[in-house]
Amino acid sequence: MTTRTASPGAIVIQPGTIAPGRARGVAPLRREGPAKLTGAARYTDDLVFPGAWYGLTVRSTDAHARFVALDLDPVFDWSTIVVATSADIPGDNIVSSIKSDQPILVPVGGEIQHHAEPLALLAAPDRATLRAARRHLRVRTDPLPPVFDPLVSEHEFAHYAIGVGDVDGAFAAADLILEGEYRVGHQEQLYIENNAMIAVPREDGGVAVHGSLQCPYYVHAALKRGLALDDEQAQVIQAETGGGFGGKEDFPSVIGLHAALLARKAGRPVRMIYDRHEDIAATTKRHPAIVRHRTGVTLDGRLVAQDIEVIMDGGAYCTLTPVVLSRGALHSGGPYRCPNVRIRARATRTNTPPNGAFRGFGAPQVEFAAETHLNRIAEALELSPLEIRRRNLYRPGDVTPTGQVLRDSVAAEEVLERAVEAAEFERLRTRLRSARRGRDGSGAIPGSPLRTGTQRLASGIGLALAWHGAGFTGSGEVHLASVASVELTAAGEIRILTASTEMGQGTRTILPQLVAEALDVPFDAVEIAPQDTAFVPDSGPTVASRTSMVVGGLLIRAAQRLRAQVEAATGGRFAETYRDHAASHGAIRIDQRFEPYPGVPFDDATYTGDAYPAFGWAACVARVDVDLDTGEVHVRDVVAADDIGRVIHPILAEGQVEGGTLQAVGYATIEEIKLRDGRYLNDRLATYIIPTALDAPRISTILVEAPFGSVPHGAKGVGELPMDVGAPAVVAAIADATGVWIGDLPASPERILAAMAGLPAVAGLRPGASEPA
Amino acid sequence: MPVEPPVSSPSSLVEAYAAMAEFPPARPIAGGTDLMVALTGELGQPPERIVDLWHLDALRGISADGEALTIGALTTYTEVRRSALCREHLPGLVEAAATIGATQIQNRGTLGGNIANASPAGDTLPVWLAMDATFSLGSIRGERTVRAADFWIDYRRTALQPDELLLRIRVPLANGQEMRYRKVGTRRAQAISKVVIALAWREIPGVDGWTDVRVALGSVAATPIRARATEVAMEGRWPIPETADLAAETLAAEIHPIDDVRSTAEYRRIVSARVLHRLIREAGGW
Amino acid sequence: MTIFRLTVNETAVEVDVPGMRRLLDVLRDELALTGTKEGCGEGECGACTVLLDGAPVVACLVPICQAEGAVVRTVEGLAGPAHQLDALQAAFLETGGAQCGICTPGMLMSAQAYLDAGGGPDDGAIRDAIAGNLCRCTGYTKIIEAIALAASGRVVRAE
Repeated sequence: MTTRTASPGAIVIQPGTIAPGRARGVAPLRREGPAKLTGAARYTDDLVFPGAWYGLTVRSTDAHARFVALDLDPVFDWSTIVVATSADIPGDNIVSSIKSDQPILVPVGGEIQHHAEPLALLAAPDRATLRAARRHLRVRTDPLPPVFDPLVSEHEFAHYAIGVGDVDGAFAAADLILEGEYRVGHQEQLYIENNAMIAVPREDGGVAVHGSLQCPYYVHAALKRGLALDDEQAQVIQAETGGGFGGKEDFPSVIGLHAALLARKAGRPVRMIYDRHEDIAATTKRHPAIVRHRTGVTLDGRLVAQDIEVIMDGGAYCTLTPVVLSRGALHSGGPYRCPNVRIRARATRTNTPPNGAFRGFGAPQVEFAAETHLNRIAEALELSPLEIRRRNLYRPGDVTPTGQVLRDSVAAEEVLERAVEAAEFERLRTRLRSARRGRDGSGAIPGSPLRTGTQRLASGIGLALAWHGAGFTGSGEVHLASVASVELTAAGEIRILTASTEMGQGTRTILPQLVAEALDVPFDAVEIAPQDTAFVPDSGPTVASRTSMVVGGLLIRAAQRLRAQVEAATGGRFAETYRDHAASHGAIRIDQRFEPYPGVPFDDATYTGDAYPAFGWAACVARVDVDLDTGEVHVRDVVAADDIGRVIHPILAEGQVEGGTLQAVGYATIEEIKLRDGRYLNDRLATYIIPTALDAPRISTILVEAPFGSVPHGAKGVGELPMDVGAPAVVAAIADATGVWIGDLPASPERILAAMAGLPAVAGLRPGASEPA
Repeated sequence: MPVEPPVSSPSSLVEAYAAMAEFPPARPIAGGTDLMVALTGELGQPPERIVDLWHLDALRGISADGEALTIGALTTYTEVRRSALCREHLPGLVEAAATIGATQIQNRGTLGGNIANASPAGDTLPVWLAMDATFSLGSIRGERTVRAADFWIDYRRTALQPDELLLRIRVPLANGQEMRYRKVGTRRAQAISKVVIALAWREIPGVDGWTDVRVALGSVAATPIRARATEVAMEGRWPIPETADLAAETLAAEIHPIDDVRSTAEYRRIVSARVLHRLIREAGGW
Repeated sequence: MTIFRLTVNETAVEVDVPGMRRLLDVLRDELALTGTKEGCGEGECGACTVLLDGAPVVACLVPICQAEGAVVRTVEGLAGPAHQLDALQAAFLETGGAQCGICTPGMLMSAQAYLDAGGGPDDGAIRDAIAGNLCRCTGYTKIIEAIALAASGRVVRAE
């Protein structure tokens, strides 16, 4: 089959090879790999601080209540304990974020807004004393009526409206209109290393915080505000971090503040290491969402009108909700051309723990809905899911609903065609269809739901396509004004200075790769300084798939400037002269500040303009087996094709696609949080389940490069793209196997069996709903 | 950080009985896969005192005489899976052992722990009911036997006296007995069951239909249960479609599962029936 | 407090701790072997997997009183005396089997036991061997590749 390449310059990386024009030699081994493999890598709980005490958080057991009093039982010897309350907060009792609505600790007399909300802190020399102290402390509250339904809540965190064309007129002229409602619940990031922080008082009255985190400068800002410290007094040092996925984007500010308050009051280091139960119960999750589609199409499957409503549940405090909602709104139509679009998005407050960042950041929720809806439209029109996408996907020159012209770096068609080719999508789909015709018990269960059919397993294949805006939305990068630096020390070492953190995705390897390539020196000649706010500039948070694109871009430019400077001074090549030049002329440090990419600025008021400098594109084909007796789903294999602009390190990039794909598979099938009275019921690993190696599909990754022209290396980011596309592909495969469309995630066996048998009671509550106490 | 109650590690049964009879009441620990989680304090009050059974070799070993298989309470799931005697005489038990946890749990979890812990979702428990197993219990007062059918009394409450230990399990090797087992878990490993079922029967030459039908289930009641009405409905019948339909309907009417964090009552009801229907279908080959 | 004696990574050790102290805590605190990690404390994640008399177990569920006289092997015991990576570790490095690395020590121990028992490069058998080790970063793909590579005996490039 010939490949049509719509985007000039889009090339496919064959597994195991390096594309032309790339860094010489084999992609280097992960820089910190050996330490991780020998047990030498030091995560936060591995760090030793002599004389450190242990900290504990006293948390609310009410979802909504007045905090009346904290009673300390006088029989206990409280002189051995440090107790910290809001009265001990020297600065603002606010966790610094977009809106200043979340307290560090609820003050006595104040209003508790969610289950597990922090009320007070304890520190003690050992855990037995800490446990005993907790038993002698009582929290008194007066319950208040809680709100758990985001549709009912009257407190709005944010809303956006996007519109183009004449939606109502277009509906009037459409050949077919299809409506659908899709609901997704909470998803827990489930990094295998729990949140952990150790705070150490500094001699200057400040505090140094060592911890598991993604964004040192977010924690830094929080410490400055909460503890009234200056830039130097607040010091944040990232320890080796065992996974983040967004779950350690903003939450570390909370636990960092708590550890710091205790350390300050105790006058000694304090260790705050969460156990798994506390981590699941109290930290941020993916926003639950309700997405409603009303779509008009022509008989030959072209989109003529999209009317989309997005409602997200922000939990009790604002945190990052406006940005999650924004990205969700902007991606909600899917990667498709449609001249008449209306998108209305809002996020409301409920009395549940605040939700936050998780890989995809609003896009997985809305793209699940968009893709499932499009697949249902295809079915209604008797078009293949492949053909309907071919007819509607974005091509270079197309315009998005915000008026952004997709000038270059558009590879929707390329990833789609690569994925379906590698997966033999059309051939398998036809084969599975024929197999199903000769079988009873497919689709709705005929007759009694207690009776099995002759065949127990049904197989299906499903397809989805997604887009993901690279970097921060709109003017986000401009506001961040990131700085990254390359330094040539007097001793002749080349060092990268950046706040971008390594959490497994490969920062510590790819950034030196890019700088080494720009300087034309061996990979091992470039070091990367530890992420310590005392030494590195604020290159922005390690989120939004921006590290390779934005920070990598800054570092390449800094390296180019360093190289030019040294070569101009020495008259020779950098690689041959830099050591001597450093020895004789001293250190050189090049700071590179972010400058806006060319394009149409984004107008936050009208939500028009270039929402993102570029988009990444991904397609996914999933094959599943469904047990028709029980509704259990086994995702057998997945083909993932991802355009990431430029593949800096094939193995690391594949690793991101594979890991993101499995998280999406878990989201689609078994990861579920049920709530009772605003409390998560799935609050241990026995009950919040993620895929094991036996649950995981075989994953084949195809990396595509449609470079982004405004950064020297063309990279667009890889981390989140695979998360957007996996779930709808799995749900489409389930529909192919069973004939039923599941619009709620996870597509659990309960929901599948309920749909097949026409028995809603089997399914249980809808995602995100809280059952009464 | 979990609590660390005082523990004694007797090296003989006599010592163990004495330790169990002391005050305050002690919880015995076998492989620790249940009890160690209880020490975190998240699941209610941790025990005050512990008696460690791990060094009691008298509670290990698998043997067969002509009439029955005897299995020590400290037998781990890995040992069950590797045991030639279990593979030959109790393939259903071997299948059940393979569905529990994963390698690490199977290397430490014991049959005695599974039985004494009395979780309604205990994966081996329906097997004991289906096979008419008996359990030997021991204390300073001596030994006694209790039938599996009389052992689980209420939610996590067993026939064990507070100072008694489970010693061994005895499974009669009835001629011509077959057993089928199916666990519907939450995922493909490390899974607690939503529904677990053991179906057993005998075919006696010259006797019409199945004899001594046993239908045992977990995760559908406060204890593992035998579905008595379903057994009666199936007794004396061959595994033909009419039998499967009747059995499924009877089972769905007989059990009263609940909603919980893992699943819904209706799912459990319907899936128990469907799984039974499938097992009968497979046995009947239609 | 009682004295317990065991062998850890071929070294005889003696610890004086309460009998119900978890083997995990004895390794990390008393013996300062922090390579073994705690991910959940309930035996679900496998991050604390060690070999106890050759068998993979989760150290968070083993009280030290039951490890008296046992031979324990942790991730620190895999590499050579000068920190040369063993074949399995080298395979992980080669294929990209470790990303954030927190599951890696436990994963290596389960994989090592699989190889010690003669396990081969069979996808299904490898998945079964590591089913008790959760990984959130890799999707398991390159972990399985690494174990298969080590099983095939074709590992190159030990550092």
